[in-house]
Parts: sequence; structure tokens; C-alpha cells
Amino acid sequence: MKEYQTITEISGPLVFAEVDEPVGYDEMVEIETPQGETLRGQVLESSDGLVSIQVFEGTGGIDRNASVRFLGETMKMPVTEDLLGRVLDGSGNPIDGGPEIVPEDRVDIVGEAINPYSREYPEEFIQTGVSAIDGMNTLVRGQKLPIFSGSGLPHNELALQIARQASVPEEEEGDDDEEGSEFAVIFGAMGITQEEANEFMQDFERTGALERSVVFMNLADDPAVERQVTPRLVLTTAEYLAFEKGYHVLVILTDITNYCEALREIGAAREEVPGRRGYPGYMYTDLAQLYERAGRIEGKEGSVTQIPILTMPGDDDTHPIPDLTGYITEGQIVMDRDLNSQGIEPPVNVLPSLSRLMDDGIGEGLTREDHGDVSDQMYAAYAEGEDLRDLVNIVGREALSERDNKFLDFADRFETEFVQQGYDTNRSIEETLDLGWDLLSMLPKEALNRIDEDLIEKYYREEEAETAEVEA
Amino acid sequence: MSQAEDIESVDEGGVIESVSGPVVTAADLDARMNDVVYVGDEGLMGEVIEIEGNLTTIQVYEETSGVAPGEPVQNTGEPLSVDLGPGMLNAIYDGVQRPLDELEEKMGSAFLDRGVDAPGIDFEREWEFTPSVAEGEIVEPGDVIGKVPETASITHKVMVPPTYEGGEITSIETGEFTVEEVIAELDSGEEITMHQEWPVRRARPSDEKETPTEPLVSGQRILDGLFPIAKGGTAAIPGPFGSGKTVTQHQLAKWADADIVVYVGCGERGNEMTEVIEDFPELEDPKTGKPLMSRTCLIANTSNMPVAARESCIYTGITIAEYFRDMGYDVALMADSTSRWAEAMREISSRLEEMPGEEGYPAYLAARLSEFYERAGKFQLINGDEGSISVIGAVSPPGGDFSEPVTQNTLRIVKTFWALDADLAERRHFPSINWNESYSLYRQQLDPWFRENVADDWPERRQWGVDVLDEEGELQEIVQLVGKDALPEDQQLTLEVARYLREAWLQQNAFHDVDTYCDPEKTYRMLGAIKTFNDEAFEALEAGVPVEEIQDVDAAPRLNRMGVADDWNEFIDELESDLKEQIRALY
Ligand SMILES: Nc1ncnc2c1ncn2[C@@H]1O[C@H](COP(=O)(O)OP(=O)(O)OP(=O)(O)O)[C@@H](O)[C@H]1O
Ligand SMILES: [Mg+2]
Repeated sequence: MKEYQTITEISGPLVFAEVDEPVGYDEMVEIETPQGETLRGQVLESSDGLVSIQVFEGTGGIDRNASVRFLGETMKMPVTEDLLGRVLDGSGNPIDGGPEIVPEDRVDIVGEAINPYSREYPEEFIQTGVSAIDGMNTLVRGQKLPIFSGSGLPHNELALQIARQASVPEEEEGDDDEEGSEFAVIFGAMGITQEEANEFMQDFERTGALERSVVFMNLADDPAVERQVTPRLVLTTAEYLAFEKGYHVLVILTDITNYCEALREIGAAREEVPGRRGYPGYMYTDLAQLYERAGRIEGKEGSVTQIPILTMPGDDDTHPIPDLTGYITEGQIVMDRDLNSQGIEPPVNVLPSLSRLMDDGIGEGLTREDHGDVSDQMYAAYAEGEDLRDLVNIVGREALSERDNKFLDFADRFETEFVQQGYDTNRSIEETLDLGWDLLSMLPKEALNRIDEDLIEKYYREEEAETAEVEA
Repeated sequence: MSQAEDIESVDEGGVIESVSGPVVTAADLDARMNDVVYVGDEGLMGEVIEIEGNLTTIQVYEETSGVAPGEPVQNTGEPLSVDLGPGMLNAIYDGVQRPLDELEEKMGSAFLDRGVDAPGIDFEREWEFTPSVAEGEIVEPGDVIGKVPETASITHKVMVPPTYEGGEITSIETGEFTVEEVIAELDSGEEITMHQEWPVRRARPSDEKETPTEPLVSGQRILDGLFPIAKGGTAAIPGPFGSGKTVTQHQLAKWADADIVVYVGCGERGNEMTEVIEDFPELEDPKTGKPLMSRTCLIANTSNMPVAARESCIYTGITIAEYFRDMGYDVALMADSTSRWAEAMREISSRLEEMPGEEGYPAYLAARLSEFYERAGKFQLINGDEGSISVIGAVSPPGGDFSEPVTQNTLRIVKTFWALDADLAERRHFPSINWNESYSLYRQQLDPWFRENVADDWPERRQWGVDVLDEEGELQEIVQLVGKDALPEDQQLTLEVARYLREAWLQQNAFHDVDTYCDPEKTYRMLGAIKTFNDEAFEALEAGVPVEEIQDVDAAPRLNRMGVADDWNEFIDELESDLKEQIRALY
């Protein structure tokens, strides 16, 4: 391996060096500073005689005398089942004082695209125990379903609750406990604070979840450029555990916003023409290369389910980060500041939330026959109630018809009884749907136009309707 | 080039100068613009997109990690082309027409490896060829010389390639042949096989374009009823994420009454393509009862697949569509999403350091979009027959803002605009096509067809519905301020009728077994039932019946069940007579 002391330019996270041998695009690089520190990087552009290198740890300490070594291969993640229970830094080095990791394989972290022909359509219901998700935006195995949040909102609590409670109902009945279909969580932190990281670690330790988890930590004071690598290490590990070892892997990535900021920083350092709000024009493609690494593969036991968390700058869902994410992921769970200040836990606003894979994962034999209709009807009724709230502010409740008043009440109870549940309550899908019928039965039967008549016959609660009548 | 070609036939090679993502430059390469080249030691497929002095710039259709300067580049000397012939239906291709099932087999993995090539059609498979012309007959370019039963529903027509001279048939075969075997010879010395090649960036020749007069019936009430697209027409369907572009495109691919469907998944989700592959074989064409997959060709270049192949997948799709059009078929092409195609252009353009235009898109964005949509139309073919290509493009505007360049440039070209609305989607009003903003410029020219084939008063009845919805729009503004009960009774009734129009007629559940497809006749009758309610209700109101009583008649909520009613003719007959009876009983 040849060493060069040929650095010609250092700019932001980038180093340019002259070379006299061909260097591959994306190849790994080690840079040794005169102080003896070794930094790692990756080739961003390679032309005859000159390469540009992105340095993960940042370029601090590098000068013209630093020596550059090209490792002759692209970045690899050492993988083994023994990673379960381990805590690693954002570059994949153990930081838990545990034994050295003896890899079973070393896998390219860029990851090849899954052949769409080889995928299996995800349709296996995951019960998270959270009504706003299970009832209204059902998650299935192999889905990528981000949480769109804002700074200061309790997205971590929700993510942890999902990680703790997620189960597949059949498994509880014990008819699917063949070996190799175990559950694992891989947690990838990108630029979050030590405090947030502790929140996760303590929960993992308290619940014993750490044993079946792999944790990758790139914290706020860790190098920003490293954030480019962390999620790829996470997903490479996830794919290995899922498709080689048969695990059902739940990947939690937080915070995608920090990842995108790092992407913007590198783009700026490369003097690229910036796209919308300064983010690179290829951000859609780049994010897709992360998010699409979720799913199921025909003939393989395991699955990769992703719950990326992002904080929307200014709570604006048209900002490029949530916008591009929403265009790639299979729905989104949206956290709401108003609901949060009303004390709703979790403060999920179901209206802008969506699970695109819901339709195939629910219904008779999967969850319950009435699931689809109940969810549609609750959406429509809640939306109608929400609209009426604006009107009430102007004309007052008395000016509204009896029907309208019922929809208003429905919207209130929907928030305070259905969405509200706290982070430690684990509701089964039956409980969630029954709760839905409690609320829907406040409305007159004729208003339930999204629900099949037979289902109304079967589930509608006449008593509820009467109470609602009396109250009105 | 075509993947059938042997790589031996390559010219003098060049050497890689630099690598930056999907863009590679090579020195000393003897190449023409758009030539297909093989890049690096692994032979990754690429296309020449710029030539400057001794340097040739190449967009590479595969990942370039690890590719280094100094590695070789070889030119095939041929432009990016598709293989055309029997075997394209029921297939799924990537953006450069490599069959994804074959790639899985060759790579022995579910992940897409590099440097593996496969021809677009099977060169070994034998097809049953039956000639439709005889020796001694004169044939010209484009003429059909025989047929192959390609799938359960589609007969493949073997044609004289458009680049041939034509002449008298000196011999013609019958029986089983591979696509490369000669099945006919002409006195010009030309030999005809079932295989043609065509460069994707060049439109296949045709005679004149005609004005389309037939609708592409979609089985979607809001489309057929209010904003129809013509066979040979163009439509754009823009909307923010999650508003229903893909579901609408899937609905069209399933139910539109086209002969052939080419579905291009351009830079979108892997699972959406999987869904098509899994669902379509189980679905039947409502008209012919044949499996839908047997008329469908899928092109899947998902968001995480190489960006250069995303740029080309649109062309691969439209060229395949043109080939079936040349057989006289009505082809429908769905492209989901054209924005990803435009972004791929932008990405490549910025790597080339071209001068950016609006929002960083290259200055030629508008030109490329219109070239693409120009390849749609109803055509007089070179063999005198007729065929059509309808193109429906999804557009994914950043932030859902329609003022951005891709939406705007598309709207300047297409004649049907289905505007998706995030607000409707949030309240689960599906399809969330906004009835105020959308339009179809084909309405007038298609009216005669609807009058003749569905009902003589189709346009008038539609106009009635449009008027009620317009009035509702105006009334809603007042309601926002004073509440519904403050309105006069007749206006309250209009709101009620409009609500049925929205909930019972415009809304249509794509996932309901019955509701997913709505015959135009049913669309017409459902609208009629709401109109019956309207007419009866207003007469009752005139006669002094209070509006609440009219609204509360038992039969009225049944209007909402029309969509899911299987035996809709009887259902609507009964409903209309109950409505009349119950409302008339009020006075
Ligand atoms: N006609 C319909 N009937 C029932 N549900 C629908 C219909 N149209 C859309 N939906 C619902 O809306 C969801 C989102 O639709 P779709 O995936 O088509 O959005 P999109 O506009 O393609 O979004 P993106 O730009 O992110 O790809 C679907 O998963 C489905 O739940
Ligand atoms: Mg879509």
C-alpha cells in the first residue's frame, strides 16, 4: 500500500491529494496527521492524478504533511450475530468496553439495491400497541414508516414504546416460533445529544432490550461527516441479520435531519450547485438509498422494518427533508405540537399521517374484518369534527345542528380517548377497534357511510348512541 | 446497441480519466453521441452523453464504486436500443430493458449486482408463427406479415421493420421459430425475423397524427365522468406525497380499456412494483376476462437503482409502446413519476457542470418533456392502419407546490390535468382529485362517443353535476362564516345534494372489490340517482316540506352504497323508486 504526502488543498470536510496510481471511486482512505492521529475518509471523486477525499472525522489537524493511504477497497462493515448486545460508535468501533468483534463476514456498506422482482410484498401486521398507529396507520413487517416530529416533541418516547411493544399477534399464540424468526432492534443515532442517547440506552437496559439490539452512536459532538456512514453501517448490519440470519429487524434511525445537514455541508464544501434550500439536488436519491433498504425478500425468513425519526425544521412538512422522505417512505406518523401541549400522549395527528401498506395488512384473518371500514370512518368523522371546530369559534355551538354537535364531540373524544393512551399502555388491536366502535357509536348509524351495513349491525353500540342522544 | 450483440464487435477502446458517481470521463475513445459503451474492468453499461476534444463523458447505468481511472472503456458503436419482439408482455425490466427475473437468476441473489447483462427478449424461446401474407405478395415497411400468439390476450404481429425497403416476398415460413431465425425473405434481399431493434431516443416512424375521438375508459368515475382522457391523449397527475398518484396510475393500468399497458416505475418504490407483479396476474380484464398481466409490460427502475438508468427508463418505455402501436393496438403508458426522470436529468447535468436553468434543472428540460409527450397520440400508421399511445405522467412537485418547473412545463403540453389535493387525501376523500382545479380539454371531442355508447344526455347530466359542485363551492364560503343552519332551505338542500355527489359519486375506493371498477354506464346511472333525489327533494321543498324531513328519508343514505353494489342496475332501480315514493309521501 502506497503512502502519499501530496495533499494540495484542504477545504471543509474535503482533502485533495495528488496520486500516481489509479484510485477507485468510493474507496476508503486513511490519513495520518503529523500528530500521529489516524483519520478515515472516502474517495468522492477520482480523476487521473487527483482525488478528492471526504474525511469522516473532519479535517481538523490535517496539514500538507499528513500522509494519505488508499486501502484499495470500499468501506466494509464487519458483521456477525455477536453484534447483538453491542454498542458501537458512528463508524462501527465498539465503545462498550466489550470484547473485540470477530466478524463472520465483511460487507460493503453502500449496499446493492434489492431487485424489485425478488421482493415480497409486506403484509404482516405488527401490533405496536399504539391505537393511533395500529388502528389508523397500521405498520407491517418490512415497511419504512418515519416519524415526522419537531424539536422538543416526544418522538423518542413513541419510538421506544414501539420498540418495546412491537409484536406479531400470531407469535404470541406460539404457532410461529420456528427458529430464526427472532426480533432484533438496531438503533442508529446521528447527531443526537448525549442526553437523548442516554434516554434510549437506559430504556434498552431497563427493559433488557439491549441483548437483542445493536446500537450505533454518532452524537452531536461527533464528526458530522461520519453521519454519512452511520446509517449505512446500521442498514448493512440490519440486512445481514434479516436476510442471512433470519431476524425480524426493526431499525430506528434518529435524527435524519442531522444526516441531511451533513449532506448539505459536504455538498457546499464541494461547491456543488445547491438544490432547494441549499440541500444537494441528489438528496432524493441519497435518501432513497437508505430508505429502500427496508423490506422482505422472497424465500427469506427475516425482514427489515424502518422507523426513521426526523425533526421538521419549523414544523414545516414542505421542508425538503420531510418532503423528500415522504416521497420515498411508505407513509408517515406525524407528531403535533398542539396535541402535545394539550397533554395527549402520544401527540399523533392522524390526519396528515398515513400508512400506505395498511390496506394489505389488515382485515379478516389478519387483524379484524371491520378494521378498514372503522379506520376510514374515523378519519372522515374526525376530519369533519376538526372542520367544525373552526366554525364553532365563530358562531358558537348553539348555532350548529345536532348532527354537527355529535361530530364535534366525536373529534374531542377521539383525541382524548383514542389517541391518548400514555407511553406504557399496550393496547391489543381488538381493544383499539372496540374503542373505535365506542366512539363511532356516538354518531347516528346513517352517518357511518364508510362502513359496511353488516358490520354496523354487528358492532354498533346502541347504548352509546342513546347516551350520546341524552347528552345532546 | 442491443444486448443481443456480441461484445467482440467493439471498436478501439479508451481509458477512464475520472469517476464521479454515475458520470465517467474517458480519453481516446472513438465514439459518437449516445453510443453504448462498457466501462471499466467489470464492463458496466453506459452511454456517451458528451464529447469534448479527446474526452468523452459517459453516464453509467450501474453503480460505479471502486471503478478507477486507467481502467478500459469499450465502445459497442451502437446507440442505446431496445430489443423488440414477442416476449415483452408479462415481463419486468429495469431502465435499460434488462429482465429483472433473469438478472435474479444470473446473479443468484436478490440484490442487484453489477456488470451482468441480459437481452430484453428471450433469444432461445420458439414462437408459433403463422404468416398472413403469401409468397409473391408485395410488402412495405410496417406491413404485418404474420402473427404469433404471444399471451392469453394478445396476438403479436410480426412486421416488416420500418427501416427496410420492402418488396416481393420470395419465401415465408410457418411453424415454430426463435426470434432470430429468418421467417421471410424479400426480393430486395432483405430477411425478416421476429426481432427488431430500435434506438430508444428516436421515435418510431408513423404517418399523420389524428384527432382522438374515443375515450380511454378508466372505470374511475371522476375521470370518465368529469375529466376523461382520450385514447391517444396525454394527462398529468401532479400531487404531493401520499395524495394518490400511484394508486390512480395502478387503477388505470388495471382497468383502462387499452389493449396494451406499459407501466414505467421511474425512481419510485420497490414495493410498489412488487405489488403490481403480485396483483396483476390474479386480476382479470373486466371486458375480456383475460389475466391483466398478459397485456402488461413493466419497467422498474426504483429510486435506489442507478440514476442514469432512471433517465433512460422513460425512453425504453415509450419505444416499447410505439412498437405495439405499430401493430395497430391502443397502448396506454403510465410513467410514475416524471419528476424523478427530470431529477435524473438534473443530477447528470450538474455532474457535467452544465449551466443550470430554473431550480437547477437543465435548460433543455421543457424540450425533453415535450419530446416525450409528443410521442403520444392517435396515429395513422405507415402501414395504413391506426394505433394510439395514451400517456399519463405522474408529477411529484417539491412541497406539493404546482408552480415548480416540472409541473408547469408539463401542464403546457398535456391536455388532461388531474390535480391531486392533500386536503382531500387527509380526510380520506379518494381519489383525491380536486374537481375545481382539474380539467380535460378532450371533453367536447369525446362527447359524441359518450352520447352514442352510454347515454344521449351524458354531457347534460355531467353539466348538472358540475353546476351543483360549483354552487357548493360558493355556498361553503358562506357556511364557513355563519354555519349551515343560517342558510335558506333551498341552499341547505343543494349542500346535501352536493355532499352525495362528493361522497357517493366522486369518491371511489380503489381497494373495494366492486367499487374499484365502475362501468361508464354505472357512473351515469349513479349520477342519475343523485339527480333523482335532487329533483324529488326540490319539488317537495316547493310543496312546503321542511328540509330536515327530506334529508332524513330512509332511502337517501343508500345513495352512498351504490358504488359497492354489485348488481347495480337493480339496486339503482329500487333506490330511485324508493326515493320517489318516500319523498312524495311527505306531502
Ligand atoms: N382511490 C383510492 N382509494 C383508496 N385509497 C386510496 C386511493 N387513492 C389513494 N389512496 C390512499 O392513499 C395512499 C397514498 O396514495 P399513493 O401511494 O398513490 O400516493 P402518491 O401520490 O403516489 O405518493 P408518492 O408521491 O409519495 O408516491 C394509498 O396508500 C392509499 O391508502
Ligand atoms: Mg407514488
